[in-house]
Amino acid sequence: MTAASYLRLEGVRKRFADVVAVDDVSLDIVQGEFFALLGGSGSGKSTLLRMLAGLERPDAGRILIDGVDVTAMPPYERPVNLMFQSYALFPHLSVRENIAFGLRQQGLPRDRREARVAEMLKLVRLEKLGERRPDQLSGGQRQRVALARALAREPKILLLDEPLGALDRRLREQTQFELMNVQRRVGTTFIVVTHDQDEAMTMATRVAVMDGGRIVQVATPPELYENPATRLVASFIGDANQFVGKVESVAGGTVAVASPDLGISLRATAREPVAVGTEVAVAVRPEKIDVREQAPEAADNVLRGAVVQIAYLGDISLYHVRTSGGAIVRVQETHAERSSDPHYAVGDELHLVWPAASALVLTA
Amino acid sequence: MNRARWLVTAVPLAWLGVFFLLPFLVVVAMSLAPPAPPGHSPLPAPGELLRSWAANGLDWRHYGALFSDSLYASAYLNSLLFAGVSTLACLVLGYPLAYGIARAKPAARAVLLLLVVLPFWTSSLLRNYALIGILKGNGLLNQVLLATGIVDRPAEILHTDLAVYIGIVYGYLPFMVLPLAATLMRLDFTLLEAAADLGARPFDAFWRVTWPLSRPGVIAGSLLVFVPAVGEFVVPDLLGGPRALTIGRVIWTEFFSNRDWARAAAVAVGVLVLVALPLLWFERRGERGDAAT
Amino acid sequence: MKRDGYAIGLRAAMAVGYAFLYVPLVCVVVYSFNASRLVTVWGGFSTKWYGALFANGPILEAARRSFAIAAMAATGAVLIGTLAALALSRKPPPRGQGALSLLVAAPLVMPEVILGLSALLLFVGMQQAVGWPAGRGMATIAIAHVTFCSCYATVVVRARLAQLDPALGEAAMDLGARPLAVFFRITLPLIAPALVAGWLLSFTLSLDDLVVASFTSGPGSSTLPMLIYSKVKLGVTPEMNALATIVIGVVAVFVAIAAWMLRQREPVAHDSVARNVRPGAGSK
Repeated sequence: MTAASYLRLEGVRKRFADVVAVDDVSLDIVQGEFFALLGGSGSGKSTLLRMLAGLERPDAGRILIDGVDVTAMPPYERPVNLMFQSYALFPHLSVRENIAFGLRQQGLPRDRREARVAEMLKLVRLEKLGERRPDQLSGGQRQRVALARALAREPKILLLDEPLGALDRRLREQTQFELMNVQRRVGTTFIVVTHDQDEAMTMATRVAVMDGGRIVQVATPPELYENPATRLVASFIGDANQFVGKVESVAGGTVAVASPDLGISLRATAREPVAVGTEVAVAVRPEKIDVREQAPEAADNVLRGAVVQIAYLGDISLYHVRTSGGAIVRVQETHAERSSDPHYAVGDELHLVWPAASALVLTA
Repeated sequence: MNRARWLVTAVPLAWLGVFFLLPFLVVVAMSLAPPAPPGHSPLPAPGELLRSWAANGLDWRHYGALFSDSLYASAYLNSLLFAGVSTLACLVLGYPLAYGIARAKPAARAVLLLLVVLPFWTSSLLRNYALIGILKGNGLLNQVLLATGIVDRPAEILHTDLAVYIGIVYGYLPFMVLPLAATLMRLDFTLLEAAADLGARPFDAFWRVTWPLSRPGVIAGSLLVFVPAVGEFVVPDLLGGPRALTIGRVIWTEFFSNRDWARAAAVAVGVLVLVALPLLWFERRGERGDAAT
Repeated sequence: MKRDGYAIGLRAAMAVGYAFLYVPLVCVVVYSFNASRLVTVWGGFSTKWYGALFANGPILEAARRSFAIAAMAATGAVLIGTLAALALSRKPPPRGQGALSLLVAAPLVMPEVILGLSALLLFVGMQQAVGWPAGRGMATIAIAHVTFCSCYATVVVRARLAQLDPALGEAAMDLGARPLAVFFRITLPLIAPALVAGWLLSFTLSLDDLVVASFTSGPGSSTLPMLIYSKVKLGVTPEMNALATIVIGVVAVFVAIAAWMLRQREPVAHDSVARNVRPGAGSK
């Protein structure tokens, strides 16, 4: 990222009673980004978002927006707007009045206000529902009103707290793309908080994974998937087999790790130098493992095992394979051709093969 | 800004402090005051009072009377008895009512609830007056009893303890039904189907599922009836006999008939210590319990 | 078959309950049109007791006075009760919140006689000490009524505040509203129904109060309940039937209006589920 920092967090910290919700978070976000804060419940992502909105005061650290220190600024003076998880639409106001609320507060003259509301209604395709009350709208419509209301003031940054959390699954997928469309059209910097890694991966240009109040990794979605920084990220984003062991030998970027569970030595790639004898984990994604009926002639990693469970998911099948050592390895096979017969059956003896480049050594 | 914020707490605090808390200090002072000299106001001036206390100590004679005269002890007990029995009667009469309301269809439920509330909004004095018309010697109740041959001469009901019970139940039944109905409406009636499915007969299902789950409503309703019933004045005064003495009537009589302000104040302090403070403690404990769950 | 037995039993119990509540009221209404002075003998239909009631100067005067006191008391009680409810629901708790919550709860468990007695002693003491209030009358009754009614108003408003989604206030602030604007544009409109309910409740409590008013009134400021009480104490007074009938009629009309308004709002109150199923149904 070469562009100048638009939102900067410096050592931000927040504790509630005896729980540290956000612990020394520093972050830079560039103008126009669609940024996601991803984490489980209690990871501190929502508290961080509320501090950005000004609804919580950090105990320590600074928040700068476009070069201005807003740390002590109350929410009603900040150039950011928040789309609440519950939408928080004012039940006594119509859709139009909800969207106009912030504009009236700005003291915008009536004609400009009305023009802006009309523009917003058009943006979220609710032109015909302007006079409805929030309780007369469907869940998806409410979500769009909340979006329009938060965008109406042209905030420098739009904060979205679990924007799709209250929608059912089908609507959620459709709305993801709508949000991305809107963001492209208005060009506002979006920061979205979510616990759903698919959502974050689909929408965001960059994702920060949070755990225990700290940011564990900030990266683009492909980077996050292919180069997870920690075991937690590897298992939180997608699925990964993880084998624990000690480093036996190091040759350039390739490392040999003795796995007591598997009873063999695994070859994997290390992004950073590791010392022999270090306790590490080797992570391999299920789709990166190749399944063979015959033993291959030469390969970095070969495991023998028997199929114990099959999950048929339409586009793919997921196999649980038990190795002779008793460990379970998850393997994924893509159904590239139409066929109603599964490739393998429970009890089949298989060889699992993957190159060192597909396996990653994780030290944390 | 900060001043406005502060006023939100300060204004009600000041009002209640001056017009509710301060009066109690006056009552306590009054109850310990020496007899006023003839021709003086029964309420001594603060300076005068302090001088008398400094010279002669606090005057405990009214509190002595509370113990020595059995009138007061029986008034306390009567009040608790009237309130307790009436609360139980309200529960017995009100539970089926609340249950029926909770199980009614939503449209009917709204009407049934309003019908329970409606009498509350009319005047309680006039409702007691209506009861007098029914309970008296040649009133409707006696006419029905005579006509059906249950009694052969008019039964004496008005100006008995029974009339007091009827009056309190009549007046406070809505306070029992409303919280009970609210609790029962929240009850998931598929729980009863689950109980039946698990082999519980209707009565067992009620006793083992509905009743325990409705207990918060029972407690809330009972408090709403019991608390005001303890201090009730109008019902025992209008419907009860001369011996239906309650603390409400005793204070009233001491004040208006005997013109003994200090004695009335001492009785009031006694009530405060024996009845009101325990109730306040109980209510707040319950409130905190609700908040914790 | 056993089930039907329970259902019939329940209906019978409900019928008994409602009969208990309504038979006395029906009797009063019927006898108010009785020509005979004897309450138990039907002497033919007549409206003469209504005539007598409206010719009764003291009753009309007391009624006017009681309504004025009730209106003052209700207004004051809602003002103070709303402030108290706001202070009690504020987070983090402001200074004095604990004391306030105790002071608001205490009058609710206090016997009326004690409230009346203590208010009177205060007024007498204040008159002796600072010369105000000079004697007792409507003002002292109204003050005493504001005091206990405000605690009921607090309960009503507080319950409504507790139901409000705190995110609504945050959303308003996020959209640029300062705390005062949040109160007037969001909180106040949303708790308005509770203010109306609290006002009506306080009005009714004040209008109905005999005990506190008896202690705090002065010569010539008898309220309607005080007058009714003295008349009922004396015995048969057929005008009371007429008065009670009017009160029942007015309350019934009000309750019917309230019921009708509730019905209108019903679809809104139980909105979301139904609206999500058929999104077109709610257009105005």
